Amino acid sequence: MSPLITLVLKRVGLGVLTLWVISVLIFVGVELLPGDLAEEILGQNATPETVAAFRRELKLDLPPHARYLAWLGGLTEGDLGNSLANGRPIAELIGWRFANTLFLAASTAVVAVPISIFLGILAALYRNSLFDRLISMATLSTISFPDFFVAYILIALLSVQLLLFPSVSNINPQMSLLEKLYAIVLPCLTLTLVVVAHMMRQTRAAIINILSSPFIEMAHLKGLRRARVVVRHAFPNALSPVINVVALNLAYLVAGVVIVEVVFAYPGMGQLLVDSVTKRDIPVVQASGLIFAATYVTLNLLADVFSIISNPRLRAPR
Amino acid sequence: MAFLQLLRESPISARIGVAMILFNILASIFAPLVAPYGETEIVGDVWAPMSAANWLGTDQVGRDMLTRLLYGARNTIAIAFATTLLSFSVGIVFGFLAATLKGWVDQVLSRVVDIMMAFPTLVFALMVLSVVGTSIPTLILVIALLDSTRVYRLSRAVAMDIEVMEFVEAARLRGERIWWLMRHEILPNAMPPLVAEFGLRFCFVFLFIAALSFLGLGIQPPTADWGSMVRENAGAITFGIFVPLWPAAAIAFLTIGVNLVVDWFLHLASGLKDYE
Amino acid sequence: MTSLEKVEELLEQGKITRRRFLAQASALGVGAALSPMLFGGKAQAAAPKRGGRLRLGLAGGSTTDSLDPATITDMMVQVINQGQIRNNLVEIDADIRPVPELAESWEPSKDAMQWVFKLRKGVEFHNGKTLDADDVIYSINHHRGKDTKSGAKGIVEAIKDIKKDGKHTVIFTLSGGNADFPFILSDYHLSISPAGSNFLDGVGTGGYILKDFEPGVRAFAVRNPNYFKSDRAWFDEVEIIGIADVNARTNALKTGQIDVMNRCELKTVLLLKRIKGIQVMQQNGFKHYTFAMRCDTAPYDKNDLRLALKYAVDREQMVKTILRGYGEVGNDHPIGSANRYHAAELEQRRYDPDKASFHLKKAGVGNITFDLSAAEAAFVGAVDAAVLYKESAARAGITINVVREPNDGYWSNVWMKKPWCAVYWGGRPTEDMMFSTAYAADADWNDTFWKNERFNELLVAARAELDEKKRRQMYVEMQSLVRDDGGVVVPMFVADLAAASDKIAHGKLGVNWELDGMRCSERWWFV
Repeated sequence: MSPLITLVLKRVGLGVLTLWVISVLIFVGVELLPGDLAEEILGQNATPETVAAFRRELKLDLPPHARYLAWLGGLTEGDLGNSLANGRPIAELIGWRFANTLFLAASTAVVAVPISIFLGILAALYRNSLFDRLISMATLSTISFPDFFVAYILIALLSVQLLLFPSVSNINPQMSLLEKLYAIVLPCLTLTLVVVAHMMRQTRAAIINILSSPFIEMAHLKGLRRARVVVRHAFPNALSPVINVVALNLAYLVAGVVIVEVVFAYPGMGQLLVDSVTKRDIPVVQASGLIFAATYVTLNLLADVFSIISNPRLRAPR
Repeated sequence: MAFLQLLRESPISARIGVAMILFNILASIFAPLVAPYGETEIVGDVWAPMSAANWLGTDQVGRDMLTRLLYGARNTIAIAFATTLLSFSVGIVFGFLAATLKGWVDQVLSRVVDIMMAFPTLVFALMVLSVVGTSIPTLILVIALLDSTRVYRLSRAVAMDIEVMEFVEAARLRGERIWWLMRHEILPNAMPPLVAEFGLRFCFVFLFIAALSFLGLGIQPPTADWGSMVRENAGAITFGIFVPLWPAAAIAFLTIGVNLVVDWFLHLASGLKDYE
Repeated sequence: MTSLEKVEELLEQGKITRRRFLAQASALGVGAALSPMLFGGKAQAAAPKRGGRLRLGLAGGSTTDSLDPATITDMMVQVINQGQIRNNLVEIDADIRPVPELAESWEPSKDAMQWVFKLRKGVEFHNGKTLDADDVIYSINHHRGKDTKSGAKGIVEAIKDIKKDGKHTVIFTLSGGNADFPFILSDYHLSISPAGSNFLDGVGTGGYILKDFEPGVRAFAVRNPNYFKSDRAWFDEVEIIGIADVNARTNALKTGQIDVMNRCELKTVLLLKRIKGIQVMQQNGFKHYTFAMRCDTAPYDKNDLRLALKYAVDREQMVKTILRGYGEVGNDHPIGSANRYHAAELEQRRYDPDKASFHLKKAGVGNITFDLSAAEAAFVGAVDAAVLYKESAARAGITINVVREPNDGYWSNVWMKKPWCAVYWGGRPTEDMMFSTAYAADADWNDTFWKNERFNELLVAARAELDEKKRRQMYVEMQSLVRDDGGVVVPMFVADLAAASDKIAHGKLGVNWELDGMRCSERWWFV
């Protein structure tokens, strides 16, 4: 078996272990939060008797470990359980929201990743030129603005003033793909502005770092054109950090966009997770937390695999 | 003064960057002296336009924007620096350890970091801050902890690349100890991407505070901080009122300043002598 | 003058009681729909017309929302529950009076202990079942008993027994007389579902049938062709979009993606008003913000100290800065100007540093610091309000220390636990409901732990009193007792602000809840 496959298998095993630890931590974390679901739902209306009845009905009066084991038992049978707050099956609750989250993340990635790598290479190629400085200033300015503020500016310009795009991206299952894409133009644009700067700057830095290596000087000495050196020789060797930054940003696009979701009233997972944390709906927090974690673990594994493939020196066993 | 010597030889962009940072630091030190009004003093109408009395207009409750910006510099720059330094110290040390020691150290550290990063940052912060309560020290610790996971990953990845190079192998064969390897072989060679990351992470602290204030956490009013100032005024922009641009511009100003200096260091570190 | 108008006039002049009015109105065979007085007096716009899709962009939705009336918590589901899918026995009209909804009429016994409700005949649920007494009993019992988890348990506790008398009569027996009992049955929790049904199905008798519900995100309902009210539910379809961010709601309204938004942002509402094609609707209702002192805890057990703190708050300034003028000053009791028996004759308490320090000295507690707990979770601007309080009190020589509590778990860990804290009250449509919920000595939510003998006697007596005049006297006395002896500082009553496209028309707005008593979907129409 090739060492790469062994590595992948090992990492998948570790990933499952990671997810299990996370499920325990989430459970403990939510338990540590003050109050429980019964108190949060009833809020100011809570009386000791109704809270007690609520807990009895949802089995919240059982000791924590019993509830955790019951949940884990259900999970191994493929049952995510029901939301404590409204009794809906969690698979149903999460299903289309996760699809929505992936839809937004994928749309953004398709736009943002090529742009940032392209700009990063250009900036490295023409480093310290006016172009480099301009692009640097522009990207730095966009990341200095909090994501919700970028969103508001885009809404003010493109929605309120010019009436080009909708300011609320409330997509629903009845919409066609085209309608959905039109609805998410602004959140997609917002997220692109947020992630491009980071990826682009890391690409630039990584390439410039490689440019000082002896083999690049070699290539220069061989009389290769500057652009060719950067694209064919420097970039492939700078891939490892670039892949890592791309993976981080993809993970952010899946799991970290709760504020953009709120601003555009986009029905994604982030809002679900925040709502269920505030209401202490443990099984929903568990399920959505684990989905995020699984996404992250997978992306990470992919990033590492690609890093290894792209760097021959890492492939050989030490 | 080696730094001044270096500065004399630096390109103009780096000098501008240093000037921008200095301006911010001076503003934050002397805020109470130069600010025209008190930090929380209500001096006029809500969102008054720019005038002789309020050079940059007023904010959402009628406080002077310029005053708030100056105090905001004071309150936030220190927090951002403290947070970033803390997160980099923690992240780099563990990242390098993992890359050089490999084996179970790497496994344990990476799994712990994986676990922390796998859970959405904001929700993680929301939960932790709900349990321990929001104050400036807890805010610094929580953000630094979360940021250090990113730094860890980056430094580990970079160090892994360096670690396989011949000169590290040579040093290892000479019998150098791990700390020596990390300080003298890996750190200097890992500097460029780490410094670039520092410039960005620094600015992300402001953004993170802004995001937390969006969710109702963050620095408590009426203390002025740039992130929350953007948040509190943000809605006005859709009514054509440009007040929230000021604190956002302040963040951008400082970010650009820091990154101009970062670029300069990157350039010095890269050893390329090709600037005009 | 028709007989109906005559009775109405008598009611207006207080010459007959509401009980007799309604009894006589029913005797005249007049349905609620025919009485303009019961439906907000003069119409404010031209005759309503049918059609269109109403799009509501609402705050107050959460992905944890449930359609179960027992655990309904916030606006999005409340709007679905009231005015869309379900009805109550009793509706509160725009003038805060109980009018028949699923009930046709009602009649109390002399001591107001037993209430006989006659149900409307021929009302159909969305699933085709015809409404009868069993449905009512099933739906009300959902909130009673030891195993209920209902937020309404407290308000139906007074019901000792429910039984039916034939298919269309329900008899409620109370543990004590209550002249306001019809008001209780108008509570949004007590909406009627078919007997034996699962409350999560969302089946009711309402003007719209729920087609699609994604908690916190979207709800979509179409008009119920068999709705029993012919003059309500004008829209063909109603769509609710959950939009938590106030700027997002405002933008969606400005760009025409929604027709109505609730909870306008106080700081931008002035700018919103200037925009053409948008109307801002202000409802001065029962909502009020309080600072509750625990009268069972030193030093708040001394009335002089309580008075000192009551004089130390600058109400006008709070209304101006915290509410930006969208509200009214409070008079240290929970009965607002929208309530029937609001005691306008009581002198308005004002900021008076001299009186404050006089009472502080008299209390003889020495120079101590008062911890005031607040969080945004208590009400929007609570921390700012506490800071203002601290500043105005400082001028009277009183030291307040504002303790900022975490938002999370405020109601379970701070409210009714800390000796002095900021509180939000949605208010109640009747004096009795408000007082018995939060001021009666044995009330679960007596957050001031105030036990005043005279007050508690009056509370029971007034509840059963069917004579308007005597009743009014009692409630005025109770308001003054709370004001001068109670543990609550009530600095302000807050208005509800909603905004809509000017294509939306409506009659007089019911101020008992947001959005026309939650009933915008069935009361409003497109011009």
